Amino acid sequence: MNEIQAWSLVFVGLSFAVYLTIAWRSRVKETKGFYVAGQGIPAVANGAAVAADWMSAASFISMAGLIAFMGSDGSVYLMGWTGGYVLLALLLAPYLRKWGKFTVPEFVGDRYSEYVRLIAAVAAIIVSFTYVVGQMRGGGIVFSRFLNLSIEGGVAVAAAIIFLYAVLGGMKGITWTQVAQYTVMIVAYLIPAWTIAQKMTGFPVPQVTFGQILAELDALSEKFGLAQYTEAFAARPQLDVFLVTLSLMIGTAGLPHVIIRFYTTKSVRGARFSAFWALFFIGLLYTTAPAVGAFTKLNLMQSVDGVAVASLPAWVNNWAATGLVTVSDSASTVTSLSNDPESGADLIVNNDILVLATPEIAGLPAPIVGLVAAGGLAAAMSTAAGLLLVISSSVSHDLYFRVVKKEASESQRLLVGRIAMGAAVVVAIYGGINPPAYVAQVVAFAFGLAASTFFPILVLGIFWKRANAIGAASGMVLGLLFTSSYMIYTLDVFGTSAHEHVLGISPEGIGAIGALVNIIVTVVVSKLTAPPSEHIQEMVEGIRYPQQRVEAPAPK
Amino acid sequence: MTETTRESSPDPGPPPINGWRQEYWKKNLRLMVVLLSIWFFVSFVCGILLIEQLNSVVVLGFPLGLWFAQQGSIYTFIILILVYTLRMDRLDDEFGVAERDGEGNRL
Repeated sequence: MNEIQAWSLVFVGLSFAVYLTIAWRSRVKETKGFYVAGQGIPAVANGAAVAADWMSAASFISMAGLIAFMGSDGSVYLMGWTGGYVLLALLLAPYLRKWGKFTVPEFVGDRYSEYVRLIAAVAAIIVSFTYVVGQMRGGGIVFSRFLNLSIEGGVAVAAAIIFLYAVLGGMKGITWTQVAQYTVMIVAYLIPAWTIAQKMTGFPVPQVTFGQILAELDALSEKFGLAQYTEAFAARPQLDVFLVTLSLMIGTAGLPHVIIRFYTTKSVRGARFSAFWALFFIGLLYTTAPAVGAFTKLNLMQSVDGVAVASLPAWVNNWAATGLVTVSDSASTVTSLSNDPESGADLIVNNDILVLATPEIAGLPAPIVGLVAAGGLAAAMSTAAGLLLVISSSVSHDLYFRVVKKEASESQRLLVGRIAMGAAVVVAIYGGINPPAYVAQVVAFAFGLAASTFFPILVLGIFWKRANAIGAASGMVLGLLFTSSYMIYTLDVFGTSAHEHVLGISPEGIGAIGALVNIIVTVVVSKLTAPPSEHIQEMVEGIRYPQQRVEAPAPK
Repeated sequence: MTETTRESSPDPGPPPINGWRQEYWKKNLRLMVVLLSIWFFVSFVCGILLIEQLNSVVVLGFPLGLWFAQQGSIYTFIILILVYTLRMDRLDDEFGVAERDGEGNRL
């Protein structure tokens, strides 16, 4: 075992000991505690938990690498995954908190009707499941590199740990563990970033200093046969950049495992502040990521520029063992670089390894490499645990309890929920081993599906009293069908062959159009059918005001 | 937002029934529209639609459009949510719908 592996084991082991202790100490036996943590979480802690829950393997492991290769167009992920919080804070979180139910399907069930609730539950399962697959893959990459396993073995280890820990904890355990995971994650991201910024520019604030290296980066990129780093729309056409950004934003605001978080605050005001803290904590990582991407790309290119294949730096061989870095047999010196395995470039680097390899590429000491491994795992596990909870609550609470067995006891429902988690993990292992795309892209699909199903009917349900059950059901079904058919049409999954993108719109960007389809269908169908009952309209009116009005002026 | 309505709001008198509700909601919506316009402007306009034009201005090595897309928009989003929460606190107080415990402390 070399030094890097030893340090990885130390940090991974320590951080896991902390998470498991917290999960064990706050283990729960009741349904409510399992799913929403009894609504006693302070806004700052809840914000950190939202941040950990939501910043997944995609944000931590994959995003900076994607930005490194996409250059300017990588901003779709940066803006898309942060801008959604503005929508969430202004349009959804406070109102859903006032409504006061466990899950998204439950809100939908009250606001619209029971059968719409079933559709929502199925959609929540599909969305969360797609997302879990991305996390399995991310966790698998970490384990395969640092335990010297094949990628398949890495995915299996990651899955086993994630399962153990989600089954044990429930929401309350998960909330406090996620606060710990956020801390591990952000420290593991910022320390190498600060160190590299200091090393390369002499000033340790990467957000400010990465501008200095952009000109050099543009020049080197051209030398390696790549587009200029700062050139806009080199990786995607402008329309697609617009749509992907929009899809990711409204998808973020519609993700069931994020929305469920805002029920755990004390008050409507707490929900608003949680959204602020969440984006603040997320912003710390998200403003650092483009800098990490730029620095790593420059380091990477400088370290292999004109170097003979026989004397490439050590990180190339370390990662070549996982199969995620390949050096062309025919090349004697490295003159071209790509992230595309089909490109035939001399050096092919998978996007997903760049962040994990950043400290090695920059030649940082072994403890930092180990810390990054622990951070990557924290990111994958915190999100996977939150997603598994949504899957399990949808299956047990919304499907089993409502449809199969109405008199199911608390313990039966918990058992069904845990079995559902187990089944989801098993299928996700398969998906993690055979992913249809890079981690961040798999995750982007989940966002597209969330964007085209939940966001429109939630917003209409809150802001338009006239929206009714049949409208919402048709909107959701058509939005989901439209979006998923386009994804299947353009992607090479499930044995279908991939087709050309229509108008240059990528499968990640289709969710925005799916959402539009959903809105139009919901509005038109609602208008053509009877309005919802007086009672429901009165409930919708009620969620607009945080509390009963007090006649005397409130004490300041 | 006229001064007269603000002053009368803590004690609206008996009628108009729920007139305050409409006014509270209108103010909430107005705040939302303003903040969402800024949201759209910094991200979609500065970061995508006009990125190439803005890129001709370079500050500290950053082409300005790229800076909006990868840095500026995120800072703005954080500030937008903070402004929303603080303004809504004030609005809730103004209309007497803030959530408080028995002693009048915020929940």
